[in-house]
Amino acid sequence: MELTQMEQEMLAGKHGEGVALAMKVQVATGEAFGAARMVPITRAHVALSNQDADTWFAEKMAKAGAKCKIAPTVNPGFSLKYFCGHCQSQKAMTAEDVDMMHRTHNVYKQLGAVLTYNCTPYLGSNIPQFKEVIGFSESSATPYVNAVWGARSNRESSLSALCAAITGLVPEYGLLLDENRKGDILVEVQADMDKDFAYQMLGYMGKKIGPGIPVFVGIAKRPTPEALMNLGAQLNTSGAYGMYHIVGVTPEAPTLEAAFGGKEPARKVVITNQDLKEIRDTISHAPGRIDFALFGCPHFSINQIKQVADIVQGQKLAVDLWIMTSANNKYLAERMGLKEILNAAGADIVEETCMDQPCWHFLKGKVGITDSPKLAYYPKKRGINFVIRDLETSVQAALKGEVE
Amino acid sequence: MKDNFLCHKLSEGVVEGEVLISQDDICYYLVDPATGNVIESGHDIEGQSVAQKILVFPGGKGSSVVQADGLFQLLMKKNAPKAMVIKNPETVLVTSGIIMEIAMVDKVEEQFYSSIKNGDIVRVDANNGEIAILRRK
Repeated sequence: MELTQMEQEMLAGKHGEGVALAMKVQVATGEAFGAARMVPITRAHVALSNQDADTWFAEKMAKAGAKCKIAPTVNPGFSLKYFCGHCQSQKAMTAEDVDMMHRTHNVYKQLGAVLTYNCTPYLGSNIPQFKEVIGFSESSATPYVNAVWGARSNRESSLSALCAAITGLVPEYGLLLDENRKGDILVEVQADMDKDFAYQMLGYMGKKIGPGIPVFVGIAKRPTPEALMNLGAQLNTSGAYGMYHIVGVTPEAPTLEAAFGGKEPARKVVITNQDLKEIRDTISHAPGRIDFALFGCPHFSINQIKQVADIVQGQKLAVDLWIMTSANNKYLAERMGLKEILNAAGADIVEETCMDQPCWHFLKGKVGITDSPKLAYYPKKRGINFVIRDLETSVQAALKGEVE
Repeated sequence: MKDNFLCHKLSEGVVEGEVLISQDDICYYLVDPATGNVIESGHDIEGQSVAQKILVFPGGKGSSVVQADGLFQLLMKKNAPKAMVIKNPETVLVTSGIIMEIAMVDKVEEQFYSSIKNGDIVRVDANNGEIAILRRK
């Protein structure tokens, strides 16, 4: 890689040990991918996880004196305020679990991050412009900023995104270059994409779609922001995708030719209603009695919160129901009277929390229902299983305590 | 039979170890840190341990967060793979490898894949872009 005078100084430690460490990782990454140079970024999002590797690395950087040159927005850990007052959760968490969240908060504050604790920055707090070069981690975010906003980010890890925030630079390779943003796989969608839930299942077809950039055709109705959020989140749960195109919808795919950059698709895949049903049945726990319902992976939008409130209004839930969202959306829901409706039915809104956190350990051994395969996938390790259904069916099931 | 193969460095390191091949992509979060066993149901190497292996697989998958955390947990318990030999590099896995200092290569000569099987002992020299088969099972 060819580094400027300034970048060489950064690497040599003239701007501090933290900057040097971040540069070292980025130069090695650039060399692994054949990057010719470093380029500046104007935004970053760090998928902070409040888990060992991430907090270890952030603390290592902070100890080395690093400060973020580009203040990144950050993902959620769990809300100390909510869960330290939640008696079931409090009993199931250890002192180390609580201490870890304090450590995470303190180190990111010290690094100078924007403490949004929300995994959908692309819908609110950190929206890039077309062609803007940025460093985003968080699996639902990279496909959204690339495909939907037309910004340019590689599929950073939380650690590499933190390096980018610290140096204000990224190595130029992959999705930062025009030629690598074109489609590889033609995905003909014959399934009915009538609900946002269909996009969860379409996204989960990673194994059938295979590696590369998918170009979806056959989607007649414009997908909602939530549908596109679902699609990206699930593409990155079932595979590793930083980019996709939907012909006639996403900005770099006005036509099929534009999406493929004039080349022929390397592969063609057809997705039918049967495929979507089969994948749902493969990943879902068997239907029957459920113990709780959990939504918000990625964090629910205010529209999704409203959808749940509309269904439960005036009724009583048979089991617990939680919705994870940003602090902003929780505030909005309160102001709009939605929180009152949800609380009256026995549901609650949990701010700034991720599914994959120790605060949910009290659900171990239980069976929940959710609309998100990503939400269901990671807690398996924590002994929590989920039936997967569309949002309306899931909420109805929570009212009855069972699902057919 | 050919024993030496060219490859391309992703993350530096020179190590020797036993080959374990997976046809499926890997998410380290669904690997048990205490044993190194893959716990993802239906996975090509479900129930087999990646600990201290030269792990040969197509690439990474899964959320940007959990891949690094999963690998870190394995590393802390000394159950991480010694090296990763992959086909489809992507940023999350590659930067995790670099930060955790685990040797990683790609672009291995195609013949390598038909020459090896589980249990063979190989030497991965990422720094010089070479893999050598030392002993066949």
